[in-house]
Amino acid sequence: MSDLLQLSAVDARAALDAKEITATELTQSYLDAAVQTEALNNYVQLTHDKALEMAAASDARLRAGTAGPLEGIPVGVKDLFCTEGVETTACSAILKGFVPPYESTVTSKLWADGAVMLGKLNCDEFAMGSANETSVFGPAVNPWSQSDGPDLAAGGSSGGSASAVAAQSALLATGTDTGGSIRQPAAFCGVVGMKPTYGRCSRWGIVAFASSLDQAGPFARTVADSALMFSSMAGFDAKDSTSTNSPLPDLASAMAAGVKGMKIGIPVEYQRDGMDPAITKLWEQGQAWLTDAGAEMVPISLPHTAYALPCYYIIAPAEASSNLARYDGVRYGQRIEEGGTLDDMYEASRAAGFGEEVQRRIMIGTYALSAGYYDAYYLKAQKVRRLIRNDFDAAFAGVDAILTPATPSAAFPLGVKQDDPITMFLNDVFTVPANLAGIPGMSVPAGLSSDGLPLGLQVLAGAFYEDKMYQVAKVIETQSGFSGAPQRAAGRAHS
Amino acid sequence: MSNLVQGQTGEWEVVIGMEVHAQVTSHSKLFSGSSTAFGAGPNQNVSLVDAAMPGMLPVINGACVRQAIKTGLGLKAEINLTSVFDRKNYFYADLPQGYQISQFKHPIVGEGVLTIELSDGSSHAIGIERLHLEQDAGKSLHDQHPSKSYIDLNRSGVALMEIVSKPDLRSAEQAGAYIKKLRSILRYLGTCDGNMEEGSLRADVNVSVRKPGAPLGTRTETKNLNSVRFIMQTIDAEVERQIEVIEDGGEIFQETRLFDTSTGMTRAMRSKEDAHDYRYFPDPDLLPLSVTQDYVDEIAAELPELPDDIRMRMVDEYGLSSYDAGVLTEERETALFYETASAGRDRKIVANWMSVELFGALNKAGKILAESPVSPAALGELVDLITQGTISGRIAKDVFAEMFETGEAAASIIESKGLKQVSDTGAIEALIDKVIAENQDKVDEYRGGKDKLFGFFVGQTMKLSGGQANPGMVNQMLKDKLK
Amino acid sequence: MSVDNNTVKKIARLARIHVDEDRRDALAGELNAILSWIEELETVDTDNVEPLASVTGHSLPIRDDVVSDGNKQEQVIANAPETTSGFFVVPKVVE
Repeated sequence: MSDLLQLSAVDARAALDAKEITATELTQSYLDAAVQTEALNNYVQLTHDKALEMAAASDARLRAGTAGPLEGIPVGVKDLFCTEGVETTACSAILKGFVPPYESTVTSKLWADGAVMLGKLNCDEFAMGSANETSVFGPAVNPWSQSDGPDLAAGGSSGGSASAVAAQSALLATGTDTGGSIRQPAAFCGVVGMKPTYGRCSRWGIVAFASSLDQAGPFARTVADSALMFSSMAGFDAKDSTSTNSPLPDLASAMAAGVKGMKIGIPVEYQRDGMDPAITKLWEQGQAWLTDAGAEMVPISLPHTAYALPCYYIIAPAEASSNLARYDGVRYGQRIEEGGTLDDMYEASRAAGFGEEVQRRIMIGTYALSAGYYDAYYLKAQKVRRLIRNDFDAAFAGVDAILTPATPSAAFPLGVKQDDPITMFLNDVFTVPANLAGIPGMSVPAGLSSDGLPLGLQVLAGAFYEDKMYQVAKVIETQSGFSGAPQRAAGRAHS
Repeated sequence: MSNLVQGQTGEWEVVIGMEVHAQVTSHSKLFSGSSTAFGAGPNQNVSLVDAAMPGMLPVINGACVRQAIKTGLGLKAEINLTSVFDRKNYFYADLPQGYQISQFKHPIVGEGVLTIELSDGSSHAIGIERLHLEQDAGKSLHDQHPSKSYIDLNRSGVALMEIVSKPDLRSAEQAGAYIKKLRSILRYLGTCDGNMEEGSLRADVNVSVRKPGAPLGTRTETKNLNSVRFIMQTIDAEVERQIEVIEDGGEIFQETRLFDTSTGMTRAMRSKEDAHDYRYFPDPDLLPLSVTQDYVDEIAAELPELPDDIRMRMVDEYGLSSYDAGVLTEERETALFYETASAGRDRKIVANWMSVELFGALNKAGKILAESPVSPAALGELVDLITQGTISGRIAKDVFAEMFETGEAAASIIESKGLKQVSDTGAIEALIDKVIAENQDKVDEYRGGKDKLFGFFVGQTMKLSGGQANPGMVNQMLKDKLK
Repeated sequence: MSVDNNTVKKIARLARIHVDEDRRDALAGELNAILSWIEELETVDTDNVEPLASVTGHSLPIRDDVVSDGNKQEQVIANAPETTSGFFVVPKVVE
């Protein structure tokens, strides 16, 4: 059974089509793996019966010759995506018991293409966090660890998704990325995580955090698997006014093309003090791989990089403070009637239902938008955002893609940085600019730290140029020969 | 006529501004596809977007945009080709999102003007500050249970146009004329049905007072008034209250007040109002709204004739007074009725008949024009019979009353009741001779210089004829006979 | 800009989140740490820079005026903590 777990999604599709394996077998392996890796706390809900039902339906379609592009592939869903008839909590107490009567567009597309839902995956509460430590269900644990070392963070906010894919308890998983919430956990867990151009994937049915930054994206073990999943997730949705109507470029050709003749930008501002030397070394190694493959490295400047984080930490909380106003105990979710009045009910329900991090961000956002501060904070941040976007536009006029580290360090132990909000923010320093600019970015596992923990490289491309991004990522993957085998993957004896 | 109000310390000028919320006529809501139809069961016309479920997103209804532009053109206002939707953030049970999608800094329509005509013949141009689109809220029922409120979101998300006037109004009468004219324009354009009782049109009134020439005083706002009468009463009540407070040495606070229909007075809202900090910011789920000049021009080309234009045409071509023409054009249906009834006839006479007799009868019977038992053609026919001399004006009133009662045509009523005006000189002469013969003493008095007695002879002659003698002829012939 | 205990109280009120009195000082401290760092933005010259409200570059898509939704009362109230005869129920509001 654990052999089945080793198959990539592309290979599993071929095996299913060739009738070498059945969807039911494949799904059962993953369900077993999820149970086996329970201690990683990746799944907040395993939809066991539903998964087998969907797998059976996939088997019927496979027999009938009407298989879709993701037929029979077991997928985990971040608990931020509303799934019809299946409890969706955003990993928050305030939504415990909420059962959506609707399915998000992105997951609908996955099921329509034949994928099988394994269950809902752990994440930071309302996607706010960088270590999956703010979840009401407790943290997701990284399947990688140093021998006899403490539990490591899977990253956040999509920690459960990244960890499950790395631990082989999901073949693919959905995530969302607002400030790095796919790319950073992917790097920490040694898997491929991709945030598309803003507008590629519909936001309809995904619990909103920061509307102008949120994007759904795929977690996979390989670049090719990532492209496969992304192709199903993406697409114009008339129900989302920010959805873009632009056909996907040819990712298959891009992945086969190699990088000969491409210009790769290396931003000088991303060379930061305090970065793990292993990261710097990996970055240089990545440049060498690409040079060997025929690309040209070009130093570029993204002068406003330093302002990306403060800019993000005004815009995201501001939008979130408004998006989370609907969680008031009136129409769904937890309600606490205390004090007698409607306002008392709001205050009690929200105080009890939202965790500390969420409360903190709502307060910051509320403050930033409040009378007298709008110009100084929010408006200012939107202007700086334009400057950041301009930096990328100028850079992409001269290069095809940009290569950077994905994170400043390898995965850190759980519980360590919880009390210092600023340090937690710095985890997002390489990833946030892409959200502000709306450009696509992906994290590819490229090497190991001296402690044997995975490190990732990030590839950025211009808006709508996911092909160039996949083109570079594929070469990095091939050249690095990274074979992620975390200590606590399913099918391995755990320590 | 002065609009100044007399206080104890002198005269006060009243300054009024109005914010009108008009529900847009459309099939579906502003940002969702649920129905705007009235009368559905609770939470029936509600989609998951209206209910603000997690992950729901707004998509704008093009027809509402069109209606807003149309209204702006009807108010001779500037149309902003780019406008932005902002979130207005606050908490209330009938506001499921915890914010209302509105327009703050960049509304779809800018400055315009609306002209009002008053009964004294004066006309005033009232400035329009702006018009923007926004979502309506749901409805709360507070009186169904001692400790609970019930929430129905059917109305939540219906498109509203908020039309803000400049503080150019100076009296309750002006405010009343303003809301009537605005309502009329909206109905002519078909952009809002203007039904105040059902809540399709609501007004917030801002009132302040000042000594003439002084800077603006502090204003109070009274919200959600749904009748012209309440608007005018509110203004009068607020003006009186404010003058009293100031003259007693007190201060007016900028606050929101409610009009109590049972006492006819305003009172401060009971809830401890936090100074509203709405934290407006552009809605990140929506992009800026862009329309082309071509699109606006297309809408302009399709505009129906507006009440002011019809009114001016009636003044110029038919010789009606501005005020009378105003009454006849307040509703499109009225103007159409009038045009039909008066076509090819004396326009002024028909105008008079409509304004006085027809409207009088309709009011008394509690009917609207659409329910009139007298059709435009029937009214026209009646007027013809008067101008032809078949009946007198006096008799025509009785005939009209009968027409209104029974729906029968004038001609058949006159026939069956034998009401034809007597214009036969011989017949009239006979009547006059009789009256003279029976009142020789008065004849002598009249001939002796008592001119006032002429009326007596006219009256007697008319009475003798059962009111049917042609009064003009009676007058003429009596003059001759009594010489 | 810095927030004090009183400002925290006001913001919490605006956000309708109850914050215990004894938590306010700590929260003020946490918020101030973040705010002082955010103030770095003041050093950026943004004269003549248009705010970037949308990264997509397209303008607002328009929908046709057809009734395509609603009529699903059951779904709408299915998750509500309290309802009666199709209405949502909340503690009474006095105006």
